[in-house]
Amino acid sequence: MLEIDIRHRQGVFELQADLRLGQGLTALFGPSGSGKTTLINAVAGLIRPDHGRITFSDQSWSDAATGTFLPTHRRRIGYVFQEPRLFPHLSVRANLTYGRHFTPKPERRENLDRVSALLDIDTLLDRAPNRLSGGEKQRVAIARALMTSPKLLLMDEPLSALDVGLKAQILPYIERIRDEAGVPILYVSHAVEEVTRLATRVVTLSQGRAAMANAVEDTLQHLPRLGQSRAGSFLRARVTGHDPENGLTLATGPAGSLYLKQADLPVGTSIRVFVPASDLVLATGETGSLSTLNSLSGRVSAIFESGTTVLVRVDCGGEVLDAEITRRSRATLDLEPGKPVSVLFKAVSVEAGGVYRQAVKLGA
Amino acid sequence: MSDFLSPEEITAVLLTLKVAVTAVAFSLPLGVAMAWVLSRTTFFGRGLLDGLVHLPLILPPVVTGYLLLITFGRRGAVGAFLDQWFGLVFSFRWTGAALASGIMGFPLMVRAIRLSLDGVDRKLETAAATLGASPPMVFFTVTLPLILPGIAAGTVLAFAKAMGEFGATITFVSNIPGETQTLSAAIYTFTQVPGGDAGALRLTLVSVALSLTALLASELLTRRLSARLVG
Repeated sequence: MLEIDIRHRQGVFELQADLRLGQGLTALFGPSGSGKTTLINAVAGLIRPDHGRITFSDQSWSDAATGTFLPTHRRRIGYVFQEPRLFPHLSVRANLTYGRHFTPKPERRENLDRVSALLDIDTLLDRAPNRLSGGEKQRVAIARALMTSPKLLLMDEPLSALDVGLKAQILPYIERIRDEAGVPILYVSHAVEEVTRLATRVVTLSQGRAAMANAVEDTLQHLPRLGQSRAGSFLRARVTGHDPENGLTLATGPAGSLYLKQADLPVGTSIRVFVPASDLVLATGETGSLSTLNSLSGRVSAIFESGTTVLVRVDCGGEVLDAEITRRSRATLDLEPGKPVSVLFKAVSVEAGGVYRQAVKLGA
Repeated sequence: MSDFLSPEEITAVLLTLKVAVTAVAFSLPLGVAMAWVLSRTTFFGRGLLDGLVHLPLILPPVVTGYLLLITFGRRGAVGAFLDQWFGLVFSFRWTGAALASGIMGFPLMVRAIRLSLDGVDRKLETAAATLGASPPMVFFTVTLPLILPGIAAGTVLAFAKAMGEFGATITFVSNIPGETQTLSAAIYTFTQVPGGDAGALRLTLVSVALSLTALLASELLTRRLSARLVG
């Protein structure tokens, strides 16, 4: 669908990318200054790559060899920037309908009611942008990009300027766009949390080099140690039921049954659960009565020494869980690769923000 | 008003308004275009163009008037051409007075508009492009609305300048009552004849009233326009 094969020099920095991207949400992940924004701006047509070409659905957007360059306004994209960039002289409603005028009639899929309901901004339509809160502004900006019925949605760290609470508020909307709007998304981020939660596939960038990650789970498994977030692992599961009386949500995955704090997710939803490595308890032999609800059986697959602690990697039915324990515990339990263990963690160890709706898997 | 002013004085006031309105109406689109060129483009000779636009601000008005006379006069290169092909005559006509006052107010107008153009957040224009707006569309739907306060300010400045223009006008089109005698020229004439003090004072009061009205109107307009734009 989107083919990028470019080289672009900006001062001393050089961006190199050779990527084929398809449906779903592709996360461009990497530290600041790694070329994420340059890459997305080349796709948007805001910069013109020195070498190579960008092709979208057989339409040439940019080809340095032939001199082809389709200007931004004719690419039919939607672009959500870090800042909302709402037009201050227009009402929210006029901001939303702005791009519609430039969309060819037969290509107008979206309408104001649907989009404003999707992003929960229907009550804000008659306000001026300067009367909105930061989170509302960014939701309007996302809605405005959607209203052009884009063929490709570009999002450049759309949540980075918002605080944690607002991020958590907007993430579900982006999940809904990914799952319901059917538009391929290119999502720039250096936040592990967002990438894990949203990505169908991950492209990593490092010093201007872009590379496709082999599989999201693979990348995700190692992401927490790349970023600044806590180390931990991800479990795939499917919601199987709710126990409102005890405030629990039940889920089952390859690793076994999980008890989670009650989450507002329909039965059948595929989720990813983030389990912090420091909250895992390992046990060998028979465990008596414990207050930990979750107990998964597995086998030690590897042990990594890291300073004063030890990272024990456990294979639970194909899922990989990392547990951080002390050297002493390791010696007491006599942990070695191949040894069967139980992995225990409390339902409350999984924070509300640690349960993610999983991206629908589509072909690469 | 007719009790207060003589018919000749009323003629001068109305003529002044006609000259100023015409001057501003014609220089406004040119002023926006020139401001845009100076703010957004880079080319060889842009500095020279910038200097040329500002020239009337620093030249003695009489010199500007004289330069107009030799280029736009009946026998001037441009003047002869316009007369022959379009029947447009400037010398010793009210149109000439409008041209002179328009040129004198032009740098003030361009400066004000350019300043607000420089202040426009280019990121908003980029956002408009990503929403499908072509460059001219971006200009008319985003840039222009955002610089309206600057345009209003520039218009009022140019209007005030046109109302009060004296040196260039009197040099270029002389001081003909009913054709080229504007307020300033009329006041000047009054001061040159014995017993003209009362007339000069009356016209001075009119001039003060008109200028104050224009100033207040612009303040009001600018405030209303900017109210929405600042977050």
